Amino acid sequence: MDLSWYYLKGILTLAGIYMLPVLGLSLLTGFTGLFSFGHAGFMAIGGYTTAVMMTKLKIPFIPSLLIGGFTASFVSYLIGKLTLKLKGDYFCIATLGFGEAIRLILENVQYFGGARGWPGLPLKTNFITVVVIDIIAILIIRNVIYSRHGRNMIAVREEELASQVVGISLFKYKMTSLMISAFYAGVGGGLLGTYLGFLQPKIFSLVRSTELTIIVIFGGLGSITGSVAGAIVLVALPEILRSFANWRLVVYGAAVVFIMIARPEGLMGGKELSFSAIKNLLRKPSKN
Amino acid sequence: MQNLSYYLQLLLSGVTVGSLYALIAIGYTMVYGILRLINFAHGDIFMMAGFFMIYIVSSGIPMYISIPLVLILTVVLGVVIERVAYKPLRNAPRMSIMISAIGVSYLLQNFATYFTGGLAKPYPTIPFISNGITVFGVSTKVITIITPILTILLVIALVILIKRTKIGMGMRAVSKDFETSQLMGIKINSVISMTFIIGSFLAAVGSILYFSYYEQVTPTIGAMPGLKAFVAAVFGGIGSIPGAVIGAYIIGVCETFIKSNSDYSIFSNAFTFALLIIILVLKPNGLFGEKLSEKV
Repeated sequence: MDLSWYYLKGILTLAGIYMLPVLGLSLLTGFTGLFSFGHAGFMAIGGYTTAVMMTKLKIPFIPSLLIGGFTASFVSYLIGKLTLKLKGDYFCIATLGFGEAIRLILENVQYFGGARGWPGLPLKTNFITVVVIDIIAILIIRNVIYSRHGRNMIAVREEELASQVVGISLFKYKMTSLMISAFYAGVGGGLLGTYLGFLQPKIFSLVRSTELTIIVIFGGLGSITGSVAGAIVLVALPEILRSFANWRLVVYGAAVVFIMIARPEGLMGGKELSFSAIKNLLRKPSKN
Repeated sequence: MQNLSYYLQLLLSGVTVGSLYALIAIGYTMVYGILRLINFAHGDIFMMAGFFMIYIVSSGIPMYISIPLVLILTVVLGVVIERVAYKPLRNAPRMSIMISAIGVSYLLQNFATYFTGGLAKPYPTIPFISNGITVFGVSTKVITIITPILTILLVIALVILIKRTKIGMGMRAVSKDFETSQLMGIKINSVISMTFIIGSFLAAVGSILYFSYYEQVTPTIGAMPGLKAFVAAVFGGIGSIPGAVIGAYIIGVCETFIKSNSDYSIFSNAFTFALLIIILVLKPNGLFGEKLSEKV
């Protein structure tokens, strides 16, 4: 296998792009306890908005990305307004319906190229942009989680009723979390479009949404470093499995089942990988 | 304006499509009722049943043997999936088992793609049910008439099984309270296996009828009917069998009427999901769903 830097860079860029929706979903699922099977829908909204801004309205790259993110966030506000009152699995089912509806609508709107896709988008995303945006994204989400709001979100995840009793507004924190995660997904979608130079509704199918949730759960709920590691491992996995040739995707499915059975709590299992944790691990055992 | 027989024809095919969704939806709703698991692999079990039929018939086995054989193989597949991919995760976080189901779904889809080369395969013609027939001046195939009748009979049999037999009682108990029923001496494993047997059996019956109707099978064909059947199950109140059947008929009929109008036909699939969101907003537990009380 030819492991050139060019090849590696391609995989890492793609992993870096998927890291954004994964980080957003990590906040929503891992820290607020809401499962979503529709985040590919938010990616699609962000991706198509960014593409429209850049090609039709000639707005520069970064503002277009942000507009894409904000549009996704705004749509998530509307969806959240309708569905966040639902309990448990029903929110997850509603997002599944939303994601599929977005894809099916995009497939039938000829303005965006319909099901055949939209080729010829400007190629603006490269490895460096993705790395810079990922670092900013990780820092922001870290600050959110360690803030008062982040602690409230964790309280909502742990025990809805108890957090309501101590005066945390469930709806407000679920909504904030959903909007941030949709923003991340939207920016991720924008990056994907400008990296591939091509958008197609098929990219944002239900499989994509479930893949994002798989990455978050694989990385371990409630762990940012877990999500980061999960994104890299699961994007790279089909590449590593390339030696299985045609069996590759069959093995991928089996691997997902196997990982879940072997480690149901995920890679990091709610812990963070940090310098102090490593130092703690390497420290000599104390005398007492 | 079209004449009456046109609408009758639409209604008839809507009811047929609805029956097919109903057969799949029962599998979703029963598994959810017992394990609280959305079995994402169910649509793919349905697809695999279609391929079993194609390969068994092409190997020269006569039809009266191959149909039971398909039913048996599909049931075995369903039970094996439960044993291998879901059973080890019974005490894991609930979402892990859902992800495992998604993994199985990938596995089956990609296995079928690899095995068939991803091309659509023609479904063998089953004699008699593909013959033409004229009812009330509407000409159609025998299968459009048989499907709703067979579905209703199977649903009645299922309801009797659940209401009147010991294993049915076990199922009802487990769906009410998993742990307590275990303490009461109900063999959880056999109840869960039975659920998967029934679900896969009905999916296999549905698959034979569905593919006889649409005449070809592709590796990803399970996804759309699977999702729609799932929406039907949610629509009727997930966990409720009559609910799932009624939901499936409503979706089947609405979809057929939307498809017949050329202006809106492209949105017929999106309609199903819009309906899902509307019903969840208006009546979060579905039409016949039990209201869950929260324990503190």
